[in-house]
Amino acid sequence: MSKFKKSGSNELPAISTASLPDIVFMLLFFFMVTTTMREVTYMVKITLPTATELSKLEKKSLVSYIYVGEPIPQYQKTFGVAPRIQLNDQFANVADIQDYIIAEREARNEAERNQMITSLKVDENTTMGIITDIKQELRKSAALHINYSSRKKVER
Amino acid sequence: MAKKTPEVPSSSLADIAFMLLIFFLVTTTMDVDSGLERRLPQWVDPEELDDDQQIKERNVFVVLVNRNNDLLVEGEYSRIEELRERTKEFMKNPYNDEALPEKEPKEVQYFGEVMITKGVISLRNDMDTKYGTYIAVQNELVAAINELREELSKSHFGKSYKDLTKEQQESIREIYPSRISEAEPKKVGGN
Repeated sequence: MSKFKKSGSNELPAISTASLPDIVFMLLFFFMVTTTMREVTYMVKITLPTATELSKLEKKSLVSYIYVGEPIPQYQKTFGVAPRIQLNDQFANVADIQDYIIAEREARNEAERNQMITSLKVDENTTMGIITDIKQELRKSAALHINYSSRKKVER
Repeated sequence: MAKKTPEVPSSSLADIAFMLLIFFLVTTTMDVDSGLERRLPQWVDPEELDDDQQIKERNVFVVLVNRNNDLLVEGEYSRIEELRERTKEFMKNPYNDEALPEKEPKEVQYFGEVMITKGVISLRNDMDTKYGTYIAVQNELVAAINELREELSKSHFGKSYKDLTKEQQESIREIYPSRISEAEPKKVGGN
């Protein structure tokens, strides 16, 4: 009877892990390419409003951001709870916007300057007073193409 | 005879790659920034601003938002849900109503001579209007125009607006222009 029995062990051979690093590297490159690091630390709390008619910001390099919202708790002692403007990594006043836009413009190529977009990331509970001031400043500095950043509204 | 150098062990390669992978997995943000795209009007010096703008009243669709986030559309109280339909009716003016905006004939590619509305949407808000409400209103206005374009594209080309060629989109945009004016700040409504 034992004639038909295999002489070797019955166990399955171990799966070769030699290609594991290759697979992992492939994944790694995928994430390295798609990743975008957050460029600033938020100093204000922002809950974006929702909308349905969204258009995407295609070229990240052409976008400059203006953040508006209530300062996060650790800054509330010094800056209070009223909505503030954040440009780059610091709080700013309405009057600083023109300088900021000029600085942003200087950092771009000559050819790209007229395609620049300003993205307004504003908390939905902010009052329009501050937004109107910002808009007036943007008009003064001729940064007319803006984008009111918002989240996709979930249809019910 | 030169000594053979021992091979570098590669068994830890996977671990190193995994560590990097996890780092990028954690820091990655896949969301694309999106939002309502708008163009601001050119800056005009307040002293040069003349108030005698020659736009007839029937051609202006006035939307006011007050500090309590209430809407006043063409002089009557309205809700945000109704705004889209009213805007569409205003821009379209299907029965050439006297109270709705005038139209003027214009030659448009692919369409021939079309009556194009002269309507302008004017959006005004108070200093204390909430940004969320403002965006909701803007969204409805943009949605109304997008829907009109979509309908026209479906009936004329039998295709969705986004599937049209650049020139076709251009001519549809000419028929339904997006004329939303965000007026100079002004106080609206009582205290």
